[in-house]
Amino acid sequence: MPNRPQPHFPEPDTQHYWEGVKQGELRYQTCDACSAVNFYPTAHCQKCGNLSLTWRQSRGEGTVYTFSVVMQNRIPGFQELGAYAVAYVDLDEGFRMLTNVMVDGDPTQNVHIGQRVRVDFEKQDTGEYPIPVFRPI
Amino acid sequence: MSQTRNAAIAGIHEYPLRVAPGVSAMQIKAASLKAALDDAGLKWSDVDGLYDAGDGEGGGGLGLAAYLGLKPRVIDTTQVGGSSYEFHAAHALRDIAAGRVKVAVTTYGSTAASQRFAIGTGGGRGGASWSTNMEAPYGSTLISNYAMVKQRHMHQYGTTNEQLAEISVATRKHAMRNPEAVKAMTDLQFVKVDNISVADVLESRMVASPLRLLECCMVSDGGGACVFVAPEIARDIKKKPVWILGSGEATKYRENGGDITVSAAAQSAPAAFGQAGVRPDEIDIAMVYDSFTITVAVCLEDLGFCKKGEAGQFVGDGHLAFDRPGLTLNTDGGGLSSNHPGMRGLFLLLEATRQMRGESTSQVAGAKLAVAHGNGGLLGGTHTGGTVILAAD
Ligand SMILES: [Zn+2]
Repeated sequence: MPNRPQPHFPEPDTQHYWEGVKQGELRYQTCDACSAVNFYPTAHCQKCGNLSLTWRQSRGEGTVYTFSVVMQNRIPGFQELGAYAVAYVDLDEGFRMLTNVMVDGDPTQNVHIGQRVRVDFEKQDTGEYPIPVFRPI
Repeated sequence: MSQTRNAAIAGIHEYPLRVAPGVSAMQIKAASLKAALDDAGLKWSDVDGLYDAGDGEGGGGLGLAAYLGLKPRVIDTTQVGGSSYEFHAAHALRDIAAGRVKVAVTTYGSTAASQRFAIGTGGGRGGASWSTNMEAPYGSTLISNYAMVKQRHMHQYGTTNEQLAEISVATRKHAMRNPEAVKAMTDLQFVKVDNISVADVLESRMVASPLRLLECCMVSDGGGACVFVAPEIARDIKKKPVWILGSGEATKYRENGGDITVSAAAQSAPAAFGQAGVRPDEIDIAMVYDSFTITVAVCLEDLGFCKKGEAGQFVGDGHLAFDRPGLTLNTDGGGLSSNHPGMRGLFLLLEATRQMRGESTSQVAGAKLAVAHGNGGLLGGTHTGGTVILAAD
């Protein structure tokens, strides 16, 4: 079972996002003034500064924009994992998130730019929050 | 030349050791400042401007002047990662031109190697913040962040591993001519302290795909200092002044739909070249922050030396070496092969100054113009770019 670092709270910008994750929802925001997609979550719109944003639920599907397979890592919780793929995934709703793309076999061979992926809320050994990772569709 | 010459680099010092056990970062800063002032022929009490990136134990804006025993009239604690020193040069130029300060100094000290900091392979955790809460669960190392830029650059433009390896090869060639770099690689127990080939780079261990070991900078101790002065001081210093013609600053970060192959330099470089009244094709020496091969490739494009996506061809065939015509890169041996204590930006200014003085161990004959471009933070995430244009007297 994975044992990834958990988000820490109180943290007012990302609390609602992580509450969504607990319920199996991948949430993002749009600005009520300029309609911009806002992600990572913030209380203000990063395009226009407006303080009124609407939370939305992503369908959880997207495309790998780029990735790297980590071979050497001294971060606790990752040292024992073996090679794993860190990626930026562009969600279909227009936001980009840092995540992991989980594949069977060698990630240097089985992850690629342009790959279609879907979110998976991965349960953790310790900690109440699952972690949204992506797997090939 | 028609450029305005409002401020100059008058004194420099690079702390010679890359492994310095038993020494504090603050001691490296103080010793380097003394040596840089001696290099300029200036006194400790001449310093009236203190610029600092907050490195060192109990230093920063509150503690550094007290430690050094200085009474500055201007204190600037810009901390924007490894490019902090290009920002300090920019701010010193601005403050000197405004008449607020005459002898401005920036210092750097780090014992990253002796303390075994995992700069590239560790991960920032710290407390809760909007960004750490979103990123910490994914085990993205600093190196993997840069590697994601390389992956995308190769995909988008057809850049090859062989092309990017040329950056490591040219830099090592310069390092082998720099005794301090040779000592650094020896003290840090490099497997091979010698020139390297493209094949050596391609056969080195993968750290975070597609970045291999010989495309990554080292982790060393080190530090140094740089003294910036007003033109009336520059007339009387021991060595020829090196003029700061222009500067530019920028930041860039992950954006929805953004292009990860474009760095902050795309904004900072036009500002710097514009202020300097200089074109990229007039530059002799490019000191570009070589945290990784890809950093150099992306920044060379954004600095205007070649078009976006063409750095692979541009760096090919070893032509960035000091003994080849055209642009010359990182003649001190760079972060790849001379030193990288965490924030390398200072050394870009120091080696550019040596080139403009004619003092480099890989001197380019007749070099008149140099650019120092620092990249701080994560090239594929939040980072800063600081560009400084320098001219020989
Ligand atoms: Zn807005």
